[in-house]
Amino acid sequence: MDLDPAMIPLLFFIFVLAMLLGIELIRKVPSQLHTPLMSGSNAVSGITIVGALIAAGRQDSPTAVTVLATLAVTFAMINVVGGYLVTDRMLKMFKGKDKRRGEQ
Amino acid sequence: MNLELVRGICYIAASILFVFGLKMLGSPTTARRGNLVSAIGMLIAVVTALSAMTDIKWAWIIAGAGIGSAIGALAARLVKMTAMPQMVGLFNGFGGLASLLVGFSEFHSRWADADTTQLFTMVAIFLTVLTGGVTFSGSLVAYGKLAGVVTGKPVLYKGRNTVNTAILIAIVASGIFFCAQKLGQVENAETQGVYIALVGIVVLALILGVLSTIGIGGADMPVVICLLNSYSGLAACAAGFVINNNVLIVSGSLVGASGLVLTNIMCKAMNRSLANVLFSGFGSATAAKGAAYEGQARPVSAEDAYLILEAARSVVFVPGYGMAVAQAQHVVRELADMLTENGTEVKYCIHPVAGRMPGHMNVLLAEANVPYELLVEPQDVNPTMKIVDVAVVIGANDVVNPAAREDQSSPLWGMPVVDVDRARTCIVLKRSLNPGFAGVDNPLFFKDNTRMLFGDAKASVARLVSEFKH
Repeated sequence: MDLDPAMIPLLFFIFVLAMLLGIELIRKVPSQLHTPLMSGSNAVSGITIVGALIAAGRQDSPTAVTVLATLAVTFAMINVVGGYLVTDRMLKMFKGKDKRRGEQ
Repeated sequence: MNLELVRGICYIAASILFVFGLKMLGSPTTARRGNLVSAIGMLIAVVTALSAMTDIKWAWIIAGAGIGSAIGALAARLVKMTAMPQMVGLFNGFGGLASLLVGFSEFHSRWADADTTQLFTMVAIFLTVLTGGVTFSGSLVAYGKLAGVVTGKPVLYKGRNTVNTAILIAIVASGIFFCAQKLGQVENAETQGVYIALVGIVVLALILGVLSTIGIGGADMPVVICLLNSYSGLAACAAGFVINNNVLIVSGSLVGASGLVLTNIMCKAMNRSLANVLFSGFGSATAAKGAAYEGQARPVSAEDAYLILEAARSVVFVPGYGMAVAQAQHVVRELADMLTENGTEVKYCIHPVAGRMPGHMNVLLAEANVPYELLVEPQDVNPTMKIVDVAVVIGANDVVNPAAREDQSSPLWGMPVVDVDRARTCIVLKRSLNPGFAGVDNPLFFKDNTRMLFGDAKASVARLVSEFKH
């Protein structure tokens, strides 16, 4: 599981670029979408499930690791599934004038 | 074909989908598709991670993922729109807990294998566990405050900043001790010490999360929710550094950055610094209150309020947390529809920090089928407030407090507010003359052009609607 020290600056490079990209993406979002934006980005933070799966999936890992990783999968799944569904439920309600007229 | 390469490409694809998903979430017409795009990215990332497992413990994974999905789906379906802030807070906390568990299990497997682990990885494990722990317990307290389980007032005690500093120092000290160890190169007795150090860090992080959130008042919750959102992203990002996985680093920092931007927007909307929000105990009994205002409030009956509204050519509704508590969004829409039929121009002015989370009012009004074009921000309404006939304040208080403009001694001084006092008439729907969550008196109630319509917001608006029907 050793990491090539030359990789470390590269990981930081990715981190810094992604932070800057995130700031640029979110800065101009109108305030009316702040709640869905938050719950949507919240769901993305459930990406830690990938870490949980990788931890659980190593050959001959001790039972304690399997248990911890399974718990992590459970909580991350609540975050992911709940986050995306609740965001969709909210966004479904955001309608402009035209759409509303079409339905009535 | 090289499978590692294919997986790498899949992770990049997932990251790109997250970026585009977030971008599309920035416009009301594409937001729903953006959420779907982001979810597809998540699916790709999960499937790729599954394919990377050398020893797939299906029973465990299916059980964990199944239970998690079921809870998440049920909660998302059943939650009321008014309870959205605490729901988002809770989901957020679970994300933080998951990152904590990932960090801990990574440590455990290295510890058990007496693997050689570099300083870099140890630091990353420390940071994952720390941010994950603070996110989890902090979010639980925020949930408790928003759901009304824990008091919404800031819980303060003497020397709390000293206690917090002491805990922080203890965390840094155990962190340094923890990171200085090289697993696999120390004797057994010492590796026990490392393990204990990490458990200690987890406990301290959980305590820090509770203590740093409990002293923050209900009205400042939009900031706290944003900040915790950011933490949960950073925790996932730190976990990415532990396992050297780019998709975790990219998506974690996207969330971290978005939370920070929102935190900044919220602080600006209150004209306060983040440090002031976190440490001042704003809204507690001991905090500054500003001048007390005296005068005669002018109550108005529903009949008279109806006559004022009926004659108005333009009306601006200013909702606040009180509208959420009273669940009044549907009757408000009904009243607005009747006004529109009557030839009145209706708008809703939403202050960025109205309610308990960013955009809280927008979600409630969307639930009530209000087209989003009618929702405007204070800077769009304030310049023309003088020609607005009636401003109707529904359960908002601090965000319409003219003391922010007029009284330098007020704690709200300098905060951008909705200038409802400049409208020709201002009708305030309120249960009593009590000050708002920030505990600051509101001179608006005593202005000559203000009429107080006392009572529950929902009942009051319903009475206005029935007046219109007659």
